[in-house]
Amino acid sequence: MTSETGALADLPPSPAVWCSGLRKRYGRRTAVEEVSFTVARGEVLGLLGPNGAGKTSVIKMLLGLVRPDAGEVLLLGRRASDPRSRSAVGYLPELFRYQPWLTPTEVLDLHVRLARADVTAAEREECLALVGLAGRTGDRVGGFSKGMQQRLGLAVALVARPELVVLDEPTSALDPVGRVDVRDIVLSLKARGVAVLLNSHLIGEVERVCDRVVILDRGRVAASGTLAELLGQREVRLRLAGVDGAGEDRLRAAGSLNRSGDWFTVQLASEDDGVTVPDLVRDLVGLGVRVHAVEPVRISLEERLLAVLRHDEPEAAPR
Amino acid sequence: MIVLTVAGLTLREAFRRRVVWALLVLTVALLVLSGWGFSKLIGLDTDLGTMTSGEARLVASLLINLIMFGFSLIAAIGTAFLAGPTLAGEVESGQALAMLARPVRRSSVLLGKWLGLLTFGCGYVILAGLAQLLVVRAVVGYWPPSPTSGLALLAAETVVLLTLALLLSSVVSPMASGIISVGLFGATWVAGVVGGIGGALGNEGVERVGTVSRVILPTDGLWRGAMNAFQDPIALVQMGPGEGGFPFLSEAPLTPAYLTWAAVWIAVILGLTALSFQRRDV
Repeated sequence: MTSETGALADLPPSPAVWCSGLRKRYGRRTAVEEVSFTVARGEVLGLLGPNGAGKTSVIKMLLGLVRPDAGEVLLLGRRASDPRSRSAVGYLPELFRYQPWLTPTEVLDLHVRLARADVTAAEREECLALVGLAGRTGDRVGGFSKGMQQRLGLAVALVARPELVVLDEPTSALDPVGRVDVRDIVLSLKARGVAVLLNSHLIGEVERVCDRVVILDRGRVAASGTLAELLGQREVRLRLAGVDGAGEDRLRAAGSLNRSGDWFTVQLASEDDGVTVPDLVRDLVGLGVRVHAVEPVRISLEERLLAVLRHDEPEAAPR
Repeated sequence: MIVLTVAGLTLREAFRRRVVWALLVLTVALLVLSGWGFSKLIGLDTDLGTMTSGEARLVASLLINLIMFGFSLIAAIGTAFLAGPTLAGEVESGQALAMLARPVRRSSVLLGKWLGLLTFGCGYVILAGLAQLLVVRAVVGYWPPSPTSGLALLAAETVVLLTLALLLSSVVSPMASGIISVGLFGATWVAGVVGGIGGALGNEGVERVGTVSRVILPTDGLWRGAMNAFQDPIALVQMGPGEGGFPFLSEAPLTPAYLTWAAVWIAVILGLTALSFQRRDV
């Protein structure tokens, strides 16, 4: 028995989120169909997609707020049907609203009690200070602006020492400073090994903090992968003069080639090996080509997202 | 633990939203007014001559039922309108999202809300009712035959109604649940009165209206039990059998079978609410 327990302890921890084959219909409308993904411990996963893609429905199914018609969910190694699976989960809903007759301190006290967590009063104060509510701890939540309530929601999600934090549109009501604060908070969670599931329309935000991205479209996973996998191709743009057949051959050897006047765009392999571009430039110079400019081009997540959603992708992205 | 936390939260809401203070002001006003009214009963000139203290006590026992009905109405409306927003309103506003995403069973949250509302409603009815009885005793010297069971039945009536309001609030909008439960409460009372008139006229069909409505929603049945506990037994003798369908007199105390039915009714409705809340998407 002891050895078995020991063996179990040696196993790597179960993922923060594991879901498979999630499906949800509202009447005749399919909101979510065959959605499966995993969030590893300490990983930040971005959930992207247009309005009505089913992002919030998926999040609610993970947290047991919405009953899936089919599919399975494990949170931190426990079935989502077991309330204890949410013991170490913090959640900021898209529709954030807290008891208006309580103060922020009382809201946090309530959530600490509901989570049965052992969090000291000082830690709760710190949590409120982290989201910028240090000066408002004694005011009634009913008098708060939307932005302040969202900050409180963030504190609620963070207060009970979570191992998984689910943030549904965490910056929808925040000013630019607040957005930067949220980004810093997500990065500090990541640094502490806390897994984060982030649903945001702000693609730049997702690109900055997420390790992996799942793109949902019309209830299905349209693409998913690490940022490197999704953004895939790197390109290099060169402005050249005196390119002959041999020069073009050398360019094609580096990757598929597009030419527009003096400008040549070469698609490179996704991983930067550190030698492809310098070697290409050296060889071109050796062939007598005059090199005026060499510019790296990175496809942004936004371009990639739009390409996936408009279905003008040449091939399915890695899952 | 979760149950008590949620119950405490529900009570705190009642205090913070000034429901308690509004009720307190209303109740004190009603107590003062009724005290003044009862004091006027003694020595009152009527067509039959000046009312003696004995007659005044008899009338007071009838009036107590009328005022108690007022309290049960206040408690009913108060708890029904508190119970409505508590589930449906919190789901609608999004307040329920963050709470239900915690490691809590929905049934525990529901039970906590129910306990909080029960404490609030019963606490109000018992305190206000007791205060009224004391006022009447001080002014006209009337003390009901079984005040404890009377107040307990009044509290039970409140529990029935708030349980119904909770069930409704788990399936319809907050405002609709309040209106429907108070409407049903009124309808059952009217059905009871109609049944009483049927009884007095010896029409079994009409009498059955009251009996059936008392089984479907036990508020009126429990209320009649409470009246029987508050009223002076002499009043019944004076009014004669069937009490002429008078709505503020009750012929007989409640049977244990009916009390058991009321308890089963509450348990079944609470169970149904738990089932409906468990399956609800929030």
